[in-house]
Amino acid sequence: MYRLLVEIRTFEKRAHDLFLQNLVKGTIHLSLGQEAIAAGFGVAMRSDDYTFCTYRGHAHTLARGTPMTAVMAELLGREAGLLAGKGGSMHLTSVEHGVMGSYAIVGAHMPIAAGAAWSAQARGSGQVAVCFIGDGATNIGAFHEALNLAAVWDLPAVFVCENNQYMEYTPIGKVTAVPNPAADRAAAYGLESILVDGNDPDAVFDVAAHTIAVARAGGGPSLVEATTYRHGGHSRADPAKYRPEDEVQAWLSRDPVPMYRNRLEAMGVKEAVLAAIDEEAERKVETATEQAKQSPPPPIGLVEADVWADGTSTWRN
Amino acid sequence: MGRRDLDVAELTYREAVASGIAQEMELDPTVYFIGEDVAAAGGVFKATVGLLERFGPERVRDTPISEQAIVGAAMGAAMTGLRPIAEIMFSDFLATCWDMVANQIAKARYMTNGQVTLPLVIRTANGGGSRFGAQHSQSVENWAMAVPGLKVVAPSTPADVKGLIAAAVRDPDPVIVFEHKALYPTKGEVPEGEHVETLGTARVVREGNDLTIVALAAMVPRAAAAAEELAGDGVSAEVIDARSLVPLDTRTILGSVRKTSRLFTVEENPRLCGWGAEVASIAAEECFYDLDGPIVRITTPHVPLPAADQLEDAAMPTIDRIVDTIRQNLG
Repeated sequence: MYRLLVEIRTFEKRAHDLFLQNLVKGTIHLSLGQEAIAAGFGVAMRSDDYTFCTYRGHAHTLARGTPMTAVMAELLGREAGLLAGKGGSMHLTSVEHGVMGSYAIVGAHMPIAAGAAWSAQARGSGQVAVCFIGDGATNIGAFHEALNLAAVWDLPAVFVCENNQYMEYTPIGKVTAVPNPAADRAAAYGLESILVDGNDPDAVFDVAAHTIAVARAGGGPSLVEATTYRHGGHSRADPAKYRPEDEVQAWLSRDPVPMYRNRLEAMGVKEAVLAAIDEEAERKVETATEQAKQSPPPPIGLVEADVWADGTSTWRN
Repeated sequence: MGRRDLDVAELTYREAVASGIAQEMELDPTVYFIGEDVAAAGGVFKATVGLLERFGPERVRDTPISEQAIVGAAMGAAMTGLRPIAEIMFSDFLATCWDMVANQIAKARYMTNGQVTLPLVIRTANGGGSRFGAQHSQSVENWAMAVPGLKVVAPSTPADVKGLIAAAVRDPDPVIVFEHKALYPTKGEVPEGEHVETLGTARVVREGNDLTIVALAAMVPRAAAAAEELAGDGVSAEVIDARSLVPLDTRTILGSVRKTSRLFTVEENPRLCGWGAEVASIAAEECFYDLDGPIVRITTPHVPLPAADQLEDAAMPTIDRIVDTIRQNLG
């Protein structure tokens, strides 16, 4: 768990640096400060379970064991990228690792995750679909449609709201009728209200293990609200000046990575062991970055490839 | 295709819809069917009667009025091993789940570099003539045609609706089947036994030498009737049912235009960017020197459809309007 936390933290910091160097183009949405949720669920999931991510999905993709070099190369727009550069930061997908996509339209992946859960139910596969959303997604129509359908059909799905307090630039509380945007609405779908400290990986793991087990056993869906805070802005275009300094400082003092490190030390894990994990994460990210940089840009032929299952984009004879 | 030497049965278009779905559900246990009122009620157009009884509530499921959930769930199921058929009751309602259709389903394969395959079908009742008013009547096949990543068919006969639904279910890509609601009661011969058509193929409905009319769905019988009337003038019109907009059978259409040297399209969709505009553009680009006169599009004007009989009839291309327009243009 600690290794995963540190790897995600180190990767995200490097992604930030590469963006500032203009090597990562477009936009990126980092999970700095929110790593414990992806890590806690990632550890609790079975290898054939499904993950559905938002556009802030580097962490959740890595948490399923997706190769870091391929993720980094995708951010850099290289041929070795997870999607050969066709998707970019906001669309990370690795079907092989159960990462069924990162979706950049807020809330849109909730019905799609419900569909994957329906398929698992129909096939009797015992798989569970875990769908991560932001707090902003709780105010979009797809949230309601997906949760209602999942509840009515008893689907094996866990919807995880990462409440980082801001929907893009606006405090979520200013635009939402209830204080807890997900947990307070669970009752509308006959679901239990579940709030968890999203900065505590152990607490997240416990909730993940429980809700996934319920779903796998045929007990239907859950909606989990994990309270957290992003250390940076919404995207790389956002310096996040709208957030009060004391609020930022209060949350930084609850940074999940050092908090978890301290807990492990208090439990008797030797500092040297933790330091070694930190160093290995640095090396892994460094290697992934260098390997990704060595990859050429994608071949131009990809522009017209793979609209259809036959690999082409042909629309006429 | 697949029609020779087979016995035929006379079915209505709506019976042929159910027959096509049933055929595929029988052959492939991964085919599931969901939508609003499709199971217990048999569909608001009674086009899915009997499927629940035959295949059970696991495979034939009623949904809430949640178009995003219906289409989104179909997508999630298709990427994980099922071949879902999702019904959107009226094609106008596609606007309520257009994100799922245009942003999610259509783009998934491309942006994942081919990791995701989506063998799914969206069936929907399209088109006017039923006095339902503007929000239950529009022909929106051109919306779908404009989105890369969607295959689009619009059958005009019972045999075609069965065969094209079957082809859509078997296709590995997302296909939208625009059934025409005014055609549901129409009857026609449908081959007995397994029947599958081929996506991307047009059908020559009537052969002719003087001009080509390309039509779609409910406009096909009108174009055929217009051709019959023109035959009385000594004008020989070839009528082509485009059937499939994506892929588009340009070979059949352009082959006919090269033979007749005149092209007319009959489109129910509103004028701007209707499917015929693409057909006309291709013909102008690729067989300009074969043409003896301008390409003429006969369409619904660029308006939503009105409800009252006289108004709706005046809006959509009628047999008379088709005949008159062609006569005027032939001079």
